[in-house]
Amino acid sequence: MVETKVQSILYLNGVTKSFDGFKAINNLSLDIRPGELRAIIGPNGAGKSTMMDIITGKTKPDEGEVKFRDVIDLTKHDEAEIANMGIGRKFQKPTVIESLSVWENLELALAGHRNVFQTLFFKLDKAQIERIEEILLLIGLQERRAEQARNLSHGQKQWLEIGMLIIQDPELLLVDEPAAGMTDYETMETAKLLKSISENHSVIVVEHDMDFIRALDTKVTVLHEGSVLAEGTLDVVSSNPRVIEVYLGR
Amino acid sequence: MSRKPILQLLLTNDKASRWLFIVMGVLGVLVPILNLAVPADSAFHVPTYMVTLIGKYLCFAMLALALDLIWGYCGILSLGHGAFFALGGYAMGMYLMRQIGDRGVYGNPVLPDFMVFLNWQELPWYWYGFDNFGFALLMVFLAPGLLAFLFGWLAFRSRVTGVYLSIITQALTYALMLAFFRNDMGFGGNNGLTDFKDILGFDLQADSTRVSLFVITLLCLAGAYILCQYITRSKAGRVLISIRDAESRTRFIGYKVEHYKLFVFVVSSLIAGLAGALYVPQIGIINPSEFNPLNSIEIVIWVAIGGRGTLYGAIIGAILVNYAKTTFTSGVFAEYWLFILGALFVITTIYLPRGVVGILDGYRQKVARKKADQAAATPVPQTAGGK
Ligand SMILES: Nc1ncnc2c1ncn2[C@@H]1O[C@H](COP(=O)(O)OP(=O)(O)OP(=O)(O)O)[C@@H](O)[C@H]1O
Ligand SMILES: [Mg+2]
Repeated sequence: MVETKVQSILYLNGVTKSFDGFKAINNLSLDIRPGELRAIIGPNGAGKSTMMDIITGKTKPDEGEVKFRDVIDLTKHDEAEIANMGIGRKFQKPTVIESLSVWENLELALAGHRNVFQTLFFKLDKAQIERIEEILLLIGLQERRAEQARNLSHGQKQWLEIGMLIIQDPELLLVDEPAAGMTDYETMETAKLLKSISENHSVIVVEHDMDFIRALDTKVTVLHEGSVLAEGTLDVVSSNPRVIEVYLGR
Repeated sequence: MSRKPILQLLLTNDKASRWLFIVMGVLGVLVPILNLAVPADSAFHVPTYMVTLIGKYLCFAMLALALDLIWGYCGILSLGHGAFFALGGYAMGMYLMRQIGDRGVYGNPVLPDFMVFLNWQELPWYWYGFDNFGFALLMVFLAPGLLAFLFGWLAFRSRVTGVYLSIITQALTYALMLAFFRNDMGFGGNNGLTDFKDILGFDLQADSTRVSLFVITLLCLAGAYILCQYITRSKAGRVLISIRDAESRTRFIGYKVEHYKLFVFVVSSLIAGLAGALYVPQIGIINPSEFNPLNSIEIVIWVAIGGRGTLYGAIIGAILVNYAKTTFTSGVFAEYWLFILGALFVITTIYLPRGVVGILDGYRQKVARKKADQAAATPVPQTAGGK
């Protein structure tokens, strides 16, 4: 497989993006290795979500390189193409398809079958049904499979969206504030889940919840005003005076 | 997920569709008998004008169905769907014009009357082939389909959505109306195409032809309904719903939103074109007023009143509103029809967002909930999937 030769699953270099003169992303560089789990923290407006917008093709950067698996220039592709290359995303605001059932949401996200004529004649096979069952079990929504997604609680929507992300089977997962609105118990379960996913995927997680970040027990990048302020273990970055000043101290 | 064929599914698992098919079946059997076999002086006789009137409603129902497919399921609010209907109608009208042959007022064997009147010497190239029914039928689909494809390709690729899209669809039909009004376009100017004599050699005035056209329209409506049901119940249909509810989310799951929109927009235009083609021989005329933006807005009102996003709601809405229109515009309220229609639209959008079928559905759910409460004690076997 080619995978073994890949240096960086994701490589950002000198990326800049301004909105009406305001630099939301400012000369940002980031290097994620295959199989890595990376936590990203930083104050509100630091550019964390905008960074994900750039990686997933929603926003085009003004300058800089954005490379997937060393060679693929992500700035040249649209959202659907990037998703199909193997980059999945969970949004900060949970977005599931409200008028479809839990089951149908998962079916929609299931890997493969993306073009019109495939989906027109699509039938779930046995392996796919089992896969959906597996994910339902994982996200604890077996009992609510037939429920319209709009009737789920906030936390359940978060879980469903994580389920949709996993079932896409992407190589790289971008997870934006998965624990927002969750109870402490749910938060810890989510951290466990992401850790287990990272055993065979690359994962980037953005979160404000420090207990969650601690539970991930992994390398942390601190973003501030669109660029990297510090990088290292949670203990190292949280003793960094600049980090304390702009983020943790408040 | 069920592997049953779509028709079987609709007849067994879907009450509304079953009712629709029953009503259509009854109409399809009863109307011909009551028109052709029952003597004209009998109280049960259905006069031919009535057959044609119902036929017209069915054409409108098909048009409403076409709009519901894109608006109800994919959130594309076209305010120019009348254009596809009219294009299909013109394609059929051109065939019917060619069928007149030398029986026109001027007796010219090649040129339709309006061309003789304009002193034209020869048939324009784009009229070639329309003396052949097969070719005309092809154009019934090709003309609206190509326009929809081109328009959709440009609009969806540049991600024009919402109100902006609605406005340009409206501009599209308006521009076509102005073009078709012009005499030198070669489509009969503001008089349009009319004075048709026969279709495939059958006299258009004959009762048997009228009844046949009625039955064909009914069959086409049923076919279009089954097609739309198939699409909306497939996984592609769920992608459409997902685009309607959360377009950008759908892209991030990996679906090319523009391809799905283009597909469903073209299918919808084909259904609209067919509806127009069935409408013209029954009504006996097609003119540029069919492109009038107001017509397209009316279609939206039919669907809204019937209930958007259910398919059968669109059919019910089109028939109800047009029945009301026939009733009102022939009475003392004629002048107020547009006000009545506007009021109906406002009332449904505010008080009945799910339209007439929403009321029926609400009642059905109430009954179902009562039943479910009673059955709550019985354990339900686990099955795969919500559907
Ligand atoms: N499309 C846009 N147009 C204009 N400004 C934008 C746009 N997207 C983001 N911004 C601005 O860019 C900055 C970074 O926003 P971003 O959402 O990336 O922050 P964040 O780090 O995710 O913050 P939070 O922790 O609150 O989610 C903010 O000041 C925001 O207002
Ligand atoms: Mg954010």
